[in-house]
Amino acid sequence: MSKVIMTVDDSASVRQMVVFTLRDAGYEVVEAVDGQDALAKAANQPLNMVITDLNMPNLDGIGLIKGLRANPAFKFIPIIMLTTESQADKKQEGKAAGATGWIVKPFKPEQLVAVVKKVLG
Amino acid sequence: MNDNYRQAFQEEATELLAELETALLALEQNPGDAELIGRVFRAMHTIKGSGAMFGFDAVAAFTHDVETAYDLIRNGKMAVTQAIIGLTLKACDEIKRLICEEAGALTPESLALSQAFRQLIETCPKEIPKVQAGLFDAAEAAVPSPAGAAPEITYRIRFKPEPGLFATGTNPILLLNELRELGKCSVFANTEDIPFIEEMEPEGCYTSWDVVLTTDRDINAIRDVFIFVEDQCELAIEIIDDGSAPDGSAEYKKLGEILVERGVLEPLELQQMLGCQKRIGTLLMDSGKVSAEHVQAALMEQEHIRDIRQKRQAAEVCGSIRVPAEKLDEMVNMVGELVTVQSRLNQLSNRMGDLVLIQVAEEFERLTSGLRESTMSIRMLPIGATFNRFQRLVRDLSLELGKEIVLKTEGEETELDKTVIEKLNDPLVHLIRNSIDHGIEKPEVRRAKGKSEAGTVLLSAEHSGANVLIRISDDGAGLDAAAIREKAVEKGLIQPEAALSDSEIYQLIFLPGFSTAKTVTNVSGRGVGMDVVKKGIESLQGTIDITSEADRGTTITLKLPLTMAIIDGLLVRIEDTHYIMPLAAIEECVELTRKDVEEAHGKHIASIRGEIVPYIHLRQLFGHLGECPDIEQIVTARIDGGRIGFVVDQVIGQHQTVIKSISRMYNHIEYVSGATILGDGSVALILDLPKLVRHAEVKQ
Repeated sequence: MSKVIMTVDDSASVRQMVVFTLRDAGYEVVEAVDGQDALAKAANQPLNMVITDLNMPNLDGIGLIKGLRANPAFKFIPIIMLTTESQADKKQEGKAAGATGWIVKPFKPEQLVAVVKKVLG
Repeated sequence: MNDNYRQAFQEEATELLAELETALLALEQNPGDAELIGRVFRAMHTIKGSGAMFGFDAVAAFTHDVETAYDLIRNGKMAVTQAIIGLTLKACDEIKRLICEEAGALTPESLALSQAFRQLIETCPKEIPKVQAGLFDAAEAAVPSPAGAAPEITYRIRFKPEPGLFATGTNPILLLNELRELGKCSVFANTEDIPFIEEMEPEGCYTSWDVVLTTDRDINAIRDVFIFVEDQCELAIEIIDDGSAPDGSAEYKKLGEILVERGVLEPLELQQMLGCQKRIGTLLMDSGKVSAEHVQAALMEQEHIRDIRQKRQAAEVCGSIRVPAEKLDEMVNMVGELVTVQSRLNQLSNRMGDLVLIQVAEEFERLTSGLRESTMSIRMLPIGATFNRFQRLVRDLSLELGKEIVLKTEGEETELDKTVIEKLNDPLVHLIRNSIDHGIEKPEVRRAKGKSEAGTVLLSAEHSGANVLIRISDDGAGLDAAAIREKAVEKGLIQPEAALSDSEIYQLIFLPGFSTAKTVTNVSGRGVGMDVVKKGIESLQGTIDITSEADRGTTITLKLPLTMAIIDGLLVRIEDTHYIMPLAAIEECVELTRKDVEEAHGKHIASIRGEIVPYIHLRQLFGHLGECPDIEQIVTARIDGGRIGFVVDQVIGQHQTVIKSISRMYNHIEYVSGATILGDGSVALILDLPKLVRHAEVKQ
């Protein structure tokens, strides 16, 4: 069975790109528009990995990571955050909240797949 | 990347560029407006970022410099000037062109613009901020770069994660797997830190790992593996072998030294221990100075390095030298002369009967044959390169003919003399063409016969004694013996009542002017191919054999001598003249008595164990005068699928024949393929048996 990855981003174009790239690489992808949406969808959906943006309305990436880690089902799954270069401190904050790693925007499809393979095996 | 996404980006970027232009024109009026500068920067940033994401690399590269300039302006390190605005507007046009043009590439103008921006940046007093330097940062690391010819370096990696590692969703096994992908990797898991169960936090990670990795990637590639966890672990990466030649031995540091280097043992303690006479590892463990785990990890490292160094030494030893082919030819010639001289020496020493001389001659013979063999092996090349050349041929032909054909090859490593390989190319091309054109059926025909639609042509090579067998097999329709026979009769090549076996009928396709194809195609079917093939193979002292089964396919076997310079020959004698027959085709030697000849009533046939074999009387053919001996010898050979004998006075025996070409003046004597010099200095002609048979037929 293919692994399920959730992409959380308020930008539709980034989501579209992530979805396209990962489906192409053989993963199943679930979309969520922000942290709140993601937590709601995660409640009734098994996930193997989450890729989340940090700046989002309603509930941001850091909040989402904390929320996911509090749920035993998602305590050990890899969570990758999408950051921009200027968010070095955010990166630290995300790490502290339990993020596995990060991808610096902008990124190319093959870089995304490489990171997913790295943390998901 | 999907075209839809490219299109989405093109639309998005066009909008951004329009906004950018408005912002720039407003900025020209209000050079200090921070918000406008911010808008310009963000627009550039998005274009660059998305461009890189959706495959517009030229756009990304071009926009990078513009973006850097605006980053400087945004941070107050550079002032907005008329010139910059002008340049940026030009840059906008350039970006628009790059985005809209299919496969837009950077032109000299765009490079000049980039250059202008770069100059602006450089004139700025402060260094370029590192903000934009790492366009791809973390993710880049995970994309493997093509391995260069970098030397292999061995690293010792100690990876000790914090107990909380699992809480960030990291799986250390994946990290180790990633290291394994970098090169030869020995991993040792240290479990001595795992606490007793009552003290253990079940979700904690207590294991640490000692890894010895040999890779041609640099240390950054290793660091990149741990990029997400570097602040959650103790990570030490050291070079323990830099790939340079070890000083003569594959031996690595002693166990004690490794342990000291790893910091688990004090040098002084080591000194004390070395005073004792047991194996150091056992001693250290016994004394409790070092745990068994540490000793094992160090031993693993020792083992790994020893392995790597041994491999490298082996690699250094088996280098190769390129030598011009003519030097080799010269050497083969001289070895040929040497073999001749050696057989003279043998004869001489035997005649003189001097035991000491015989001993020397025998020693010399042994060395000569060794020298001959190794010289010949230098000229040997694997046939694989020739085989591979046919892949393209098969592909093109099958397209042309609308057939699906797979070419398989076997025995590519089989070695053959360089000259043989060179001369083999054309015959093989003909044979493969023939298999594809006549043998393999069209896909619909194959389907109707219940075969897979794709036909297979198998090209294989193998050694068989002093010969190499090359087979071209197809799983096509097979040869139609009746059709071939009919055709041959029609062309007047055989008599209608001729009784021929299937294999004799198959041989007919090698006759000049023979073709059964109903239409002439570009590929084959003009009836010129196969007789050329036969001539080519015979000029190599080889033979062709065909087996075929209806609807199962045809196999053509070429039997070729390993080398052209020296062949195994059979030395025979008529009167005082010696001849050599290539041993490859010869089957047996039997006696022909006067009585046998009389019983045949003047016909040149002999009965060999009940089988009637025609023979050629070489004494008559070559016009030797003098009396025929009472008992002659028939040497029988298989030629063109039939058996034929050659009558000589005496069969002397097997002879290593160094082939010397004879003068062009004798070119018209086709049945002599060359000459050789015998031990006593006399010359023996080498007979080309198939041509000899044809010559005799013509004469009759």
